[in-house]
Amino acid sequence: MSEPARVFPIELTVNGHRRAVEVAVHHTLLDVLRDDLGLTGAKECCLVGECGACTVVLDGRTVDSCLVLAVEADGTEITTVEGLAVDRDLSPLQQAFLDTGAVQCGFCIPGQLLSAHVLLADNPHPSVPEIQEGLAGNLCRCGCYQQITEAVLAATDRAHR
Amino acid sequence: MHTFAYARPTRLAEAVALLEAHGSDARLLAGGTDLIIRLRDGTAQPGVVIDIKRIAEMRPSIREEAGCLVIGAGTVMTDIAADDRVRRSYPALAEAAAVVGSVQIRNRATLAGNVCNASPAADTAPALLVYGARVVAVGPAGTRHIPIDTFFVRSGVTTLARGEIVTAIEMPVPDRAMGAVHVRRTRRRGHDLASVTLCCGVDAAGVTRLAYGSVGPRPVLGVDESGVLADPAAPDAAKGAIFERLFADASPSPRSMRASPDYRLAMLRVLGARALSTAIDRLAQG
Repeated sequence: MSEPARVFPIELTVNGHRRAVEVAVHHTLLDVLRDDLGLTGAKECCLVGECGACTVVLDGRTVDSCLVLAVEADGTEITTVEGLAVDRDLSPLQQAFLDTGAVQCGFCIPGQLLSAHVLLADNPHPSVPEIQEGLAGNLCRCGCYQQITEAVLAATDRAHR
Repeated sequence: MHTFAYARPTRLAEAVALLEAHGSDARLLAGGTDLIIRLRDGTAQPGVVIDIKRIAEMRPSIREEAGCLVIGAGTVMTDIAADDRVRRSYPALAEAAAVVGSVQIRNRATLAGNVCNASPAADTAPALLVYGARVVAVGPAGTRHIPIDTFFVRSGVTTLARGEIVTAIEMPVPDRAMGAVHVRRTRRRGHDLASVTLCCGVDAAGVTRLAYGSVGPRPVLGVDESGVLADPAAPDAAKGAIFERLFADASPSPRSMRASPDYRLAMLRVLGARALSTAIDRLAQG
């Protein structure tokens, strides 16, 4: 299958559900998640990979979904913020964000949560500098960095209480 | 987004044939962290985008082979920064890979893509210059191992020939002990490109290799074989004269929004002296 094509059938697993979609090859993973699959948690913002509002987890690693073509995600497993809650209950990390006041306008929060989620999966007890580095790719224009860092610390405490 | 046709070859020969057939109308896609931005803003308008990530030879890999550490073209910055062999033998490259963009960018961006994009600010370029890396390129005429110092021409331009694809970056195993470090200046960690990016290596024979980027059209390598820079007891005036020779090729653009030429040239000297001192310490520590 190496003839150049303009549409491509892809299969991917999104939040545990297998999805088959035919995508235009110039559409990004962000476009397809939001417009074809109706998952609007990932946000479109800077579109140059600087703000992290479009962060999703692809095969266990965070990516800026505005910089991934949907066709590149063929065969992968994706987690979006919609996949963090279990049975409509917020995850401990999501609850910690609310409890610490880390969520102001909320626009950056899906991306912040997914970066923090993967950070904690890889490193269950991060230091403050490790949290700051792990979330450096997610900008918050409300300036809630202090509270977001506290939320991640609180979530590690909660998970190991 | 600019529209294009997309190809996903699984064999290297198919990719070479596609590149030959489409020439400058084709662009290779690895991590996409540069290309997709350019497809969106229209500064790249290829008819065909060739995704190399499903090609067996391009799969992410870091392997020891014939006196070299070979980093496959599909290998991303995250894996390079975390690799034990890179951290042990080429620590400045691990340090450089660890400060490219953010976590999200490093999870996609490849070393080969960073090199082929040929940005003057590419953070991995100074370390690759110091370690004497070679770019492995496969094309219609066969395989070339291109010394990295002859690979960069200017921003976005390399000495790759038509139809050639970079399959790996290889670094010779150092024949002498070396202490090396990567340092940079940037406005904000996690997002911004470097205002100055620099690597210094000092080896057991007293040779100092100093490479820097983001201060001219391409990254630059300078070598001091006199032993003066490597000698902590050498007088400052003697060192200063050598630094000035090594920095003579710096010519930062006055049009850059990131930092003024004066600032970059001043920081180049500060970072150069700091990196030299750290490299000497690391050599002494083994």
